[in-house]
Amino acid sequence: MPEPRRTEPRQPSPDIPLHDRAAENIRFIRDTMERAGQFTAVPGWGGVLMGATALAAAALAAGQPSVDRWLLTWFAEGWLAFAIGGVAMVRKAARLETPLTGKPGRRFLLAYAPPILVGAVLTLALYRSGSMALLPAVWLLCYGAGVMAGGALSVPVVPVMGGCFMALGVAALFAPPSAGDWLLAAGFGGAHIGFGIYIARRHGG
Amino acid sequence: MARSNAARKAGQGGGEAARLTAHPGGRSPLAPELDRLIHERLRLAILSALAVNDTLSFNELKSLLETTDGNLSVHARKLEEARYVACTKSFANRIPRTEYRLTGTGRKALERYLDHMEALIRAARG
Repeated sequence: MPEPRRTEPRQPSPDIPLHDRAAENIRFIRDTMERAGQFTAVPGWGGVLMGATALAAAALAAGQPSVDRWLLTWFAEGWLAFAIGGVAMVRKAARLETPLTGKPGRRFLLAYAPPILVGAVLTLALYRSGSMALLPAVWLLCYGAGVMAGGALSVPVVPVMGGCFMALGVAALFAPPSAGDWLLAAGFGGAHIGFGIYIARRHGG
Repeated sequence: MARSNAARKAGQGGGEAARLTAHPGGRSPLAPELDRLIHERLRLAILSALAVNDTLSFNELKSLLETTDGNLSVHARKLEEARYVACTKSFANRIPRTEYRLTGTGRKALERYLDHMEALIRAARG
């Protein structure tokens, strides 16, 4: 439930000192800017780097002798991409002077994180049940859902990127298991690189 | 997408207040300089929202500020007449679309207003 907005004209009260009213006006301006602001710290060049490591991971994973080693390769790539994305986001936010802990950043995180957590839980469940062939689809769908949901609060190209991941996830559901690494490479590699370059060029790095 | 000076000032509460010094009587000598056009809440909100977006449509502003068509229309018109905002009307799929953006004059006016508010606070702190 959003907090009530106070945009109606108010009568000046003689009981409130002038400087308190000035401070309240500044708070009002800041709150309005935070509500209206987009989350602009989605990293473009960070995405390109994440894409490059994903392409390398896809090549490595495809050559692994066992399913456990395959999963370990992607697991390591997941953490590496998480670290790259996190550092790139913090650096971009600092450069744009948009605090990550501000309202746009918090709303982005709240929208982005739940599908990622669902993906992690489903990964564990599918691993335990031996349904590993479904993992590429689950990863692409959950990541795409997170990017799309978080992207609704960011620049318009971000939800489009999320949609591409979800489309690849749907394709992975119906493709033969041998296509899994190709589709993961297309999404986490190709889409990250392509959209990353676009975001970097059009939206400040 | 670098933040505007106005956004920076509102976020940090910093900025220069060279035009105002503490007044011994506790009243600001600059009170008459206050930009009454911006001081009204809804107009202040419109400028603040536009300061962190390239453009916002009429409906986006209405939803964000939770106000009525008539109210927004009246106040946006006043800002437009003062050349603080620029309005563009177009059609998207035969539906009229009105977009607003902050002008350079509007951005400077918002920065001046923020300076003024900060100056009042500094003056009170002595």
